[in-house]
Amino acid sequence: MDLGQINPVLLVASLMVAATPLLLAAIGELVVEKAGVLNLGVEGMMIVGAISGFAISVETGSPWLGFVAAAIGGAVLSLLFVLLTQFALANQVASGLALTLFGLGFSALMGQSYVGVKPPSMGDIYIPLISDIPVIGPILFRHDPILYLGIALTAVVWAALKYTRVGLILRAVGENHDAAHALGYKVIKIRIMAILFGGACAGLGGAYISLIRVPQWTEGMTAGVGWIALALVVFASWKPWRVLLGAYLFGGITVLQLNLQAAGVAIPVEYLAMSPYLITILVLVILSADKSSAPASLGRTFHASH
Amino acid sequence: MTIPLLSLQGLTKAYPGVVANDQVSFDIGEGEVHALLGENGAGKSTLVKMIYGLVKPDSGTMKLRGNPFAPPEPRAARADGIAMVFQHFSLFDALNVAENIALGMENPPPMGDLASRIREVSETYGLPLDPFRTVGDLSAGERQRVEIIRCLLQDPKLLIMDEPTSVLTPQEVDILFETLNKLRSEGTSILYISHKLEEIRTLCDHATILRLGKNVGECVPAETSARDMAEMMVGSTLQTPERSGRELGEVALDVSGLSVPSPSEFGTALRNVHMTVRKGEVLGIGGVAGNGQDELLGVLSGEIPTSADAIKFKGQAIGKLGPTARRKLGVLTAPEERLGHAAAPDMSLTENALLTGSVREGLEKNGFLKWTETRSFAEKIIEAFDVRTPGPENAARSLSGGNLQKFVIGREVLQNPDVLVVNQPTWGVDAAAAASIRQAILDLAAKGTAVVCISQDLDELMEISDSFAALNEGRLSAPRPTTGLTVDEIGLMMGGAHGMEVAHV
Repeated sequence: MDLGQINPVLLVASLMVAATPLLLAAIGELVVEKAGVLNLGVEGMMIVGAISGFAISVETGSPWLGFVAAAIGGAVLSLLFVLLTQFALANQVASGLALTLFGLGFSALMGQSYVGVKPPSMGDIYIPLISDIPVIGPILFRHDPILYLGIALTAVVWAALKYTRVGLILRAVGENHDAAHALGYKVIKIRIMAILFGGACAGLGGAYISLIRVPQWTEGMTAGVGWIALALVVFASWKPWRVLLGAYLFGGITVLQLNLQAAGVAIPVEYLAMSPYLITILVLVILSADKSSAPASLGRTFHASH
Repeated sequence: MTIPLLSLQGLTKAYPGVVANDQVSFDIGEGEVHALLGENGAGKSTLVKMIYGLVKPDSGTMKLRGNPFAPPEPRAARADGIAMVFQHFSLFDALNVAENIALGMENPPPMGDLASRIREVSETYGLPLDPFRTVGDLSAGERQRVEIIRCLLQDPKLLIMDEPTSVLTPQEVDILFETLNKLRSEGTSILYISHKLEEIRTLCDHATILRLGKNVGECVPAETSARDMAEMMVGSTLQTPERSGRELGEVALDVSGLSVPSPSEFGTALRNVHMTVRKGEVLGIGGVAGNGQDELLGVLSGEIPTSADAIKFKGQAIGKLGPTARRKLGVLTAPEERLGHAAAPDMSLTENALLTGSVREGLEKNGFLKWTETRSFAEKIIEAFDVRTPGPENAARSLSGGNLQKFVIGREVLQNPDVLVVNQPTWGVDAAAAASIRQAILDLAAKGTAVVCISQDLDELMEISDSFAALNEGRLSAPRPTTGLTVDEIGLMMGGAHGMEVAHV
């Protein structure tokens, strides 16, 4: 065992990378749930985003176009969820599960010819002087642009929900859709926009795994991150900054346990591998002990019958 | 003649299987308080939804100050000066007062300005309200203030109020009426929907009466008796419940020294409650809502356990028994909240009949349910109490409030209880249905049942009860015979003017 091999600076820098897919997917799902919709298809939208982004960036040579395609891919899959739940008024839980199963299968089909291919690299941001600051530079200022997009998105979602009229209307729809309808707000339209946003974010999160974190394509490579994102939204009490905190905690412990495995710590690998899930959930359960609760209309089907 | 503010001509709206409004026409003048009267299901709500742009009429026209008016959506109606306070509050519990109000406005000012305008308007109209409190923590009266202020901030020409007083205490009703009178003196017209005829007589200038979707008459409420208006609504002579002179039997229910803390955070604890109810007696319990009514029903039903000797049924201590054990003995209850307490909203009437009837009606055997018998029990209730529904397989939620109330009261009455405790038996129920429920309670008492009727409707209590007691901050006054009791005495029993604290929260 040699803990000296673990470089704390690299550890912190890589935890941010490990956390970003989770953060992107969870922030999208947070907006969806704030609008009162429970979309359990995050995992499916992520994996479809992962393959869409991977395929397009390999074909065009541009990781940027890949991420755009990933967002579109995730949103298009969420459109299926829209059709099922907002127009056919199907059960949201069942539709979400179907979306995940469909996404996993469909991405495997699409990705058959991409196994073993190496995608073009996005490259990290490098700002002279600032990026060279010892410790802080490598941790904060030498990442890829999408990682910063994730943090910016958290800030934007937080501010929009708290300070803007659009955010207020979105929360109102999620809180009491009948009252929002009675006041003349277009419940279905607002929910569709939220679901599409959630799909796009999940797609970005998936592509971050296949284009930056790993970077390669294998079947089922999202490996449950979508499910963790769903849990994260709940345990973070639907608060954007807590989602960020939870994602970094999860990313941090994931990276740490990998390092510990490499360093040959005398804890069975299985325990190390389960530790990110256990610790993230434990910490967030303790954090979510306050009174803030779920959007009151979450998961309920809206039908303008009266 | 001046042009009326709003003129309705031949409005018709049909839903599959029912014509909600059939050629309804009337005018609302400037600065007039216009009452819209009708039984449950007479089409009042549909009519106001058309004015507010939530529902499109199939035919007919509306004119606002002589100009054609056909709002495609509530936004357009609001822009034309129509504001509405909903029967079931259209509020968002998790948001604060200012956010709720902003949602009901077209172009809300920034939150800071809005908060100061809310304070300003709420002071002007005597409706104190803190803009930053979370709506979920407010009382029913305060929630209604939020809705009213939301409307007032838009300087409405016409304010529509759908049964605004059904959730208010008498003091809050007084405050509301002062506000409405002030608005009228400023030239705002009000369309006021209510069942409560006495309220309409004191407040409204003019009344239109709907029956089965048709306009069946108009009147000036101040010059028409409540009875005449009720008969116009029902379309037939109203049966006043009759009390047959009867002998009171031995004591059936004996409550002594009952003190229990309230199970809910905002409830009222019961303090040293004493009462006895004899066979064939109807004990009426009045008082302003929130003085321990729910808790009293809870301890009598068995939902809140007490010390065994605090409640005795025919001499047997039953304080520790749960609801099912009490039902077996013959102590039955019908709580106030229809959806969620008295009935399971999404279950069918048959299933709901089973929920309280299984013990006494023998609807289960060795853990298996007897659906055939249960269904016929439900059908018996529907027939005996004139519950209007296509059949017992319909969900409780699909019934109108009055019909469901008839069902939940009927369900208990038909089980031949020895003691029946009801809370607000005619809450939100129209005149005809209320009369039939009261008659059923009286008939039951005539057969020797001891009845405890908790209600906030003093007229109702005077009509059916033999003795009267009042709940005040969890204490029950000594019961007194109803005959000869004056309004002043009742007021003193209810705690005098202490309830006015409500006014300056």
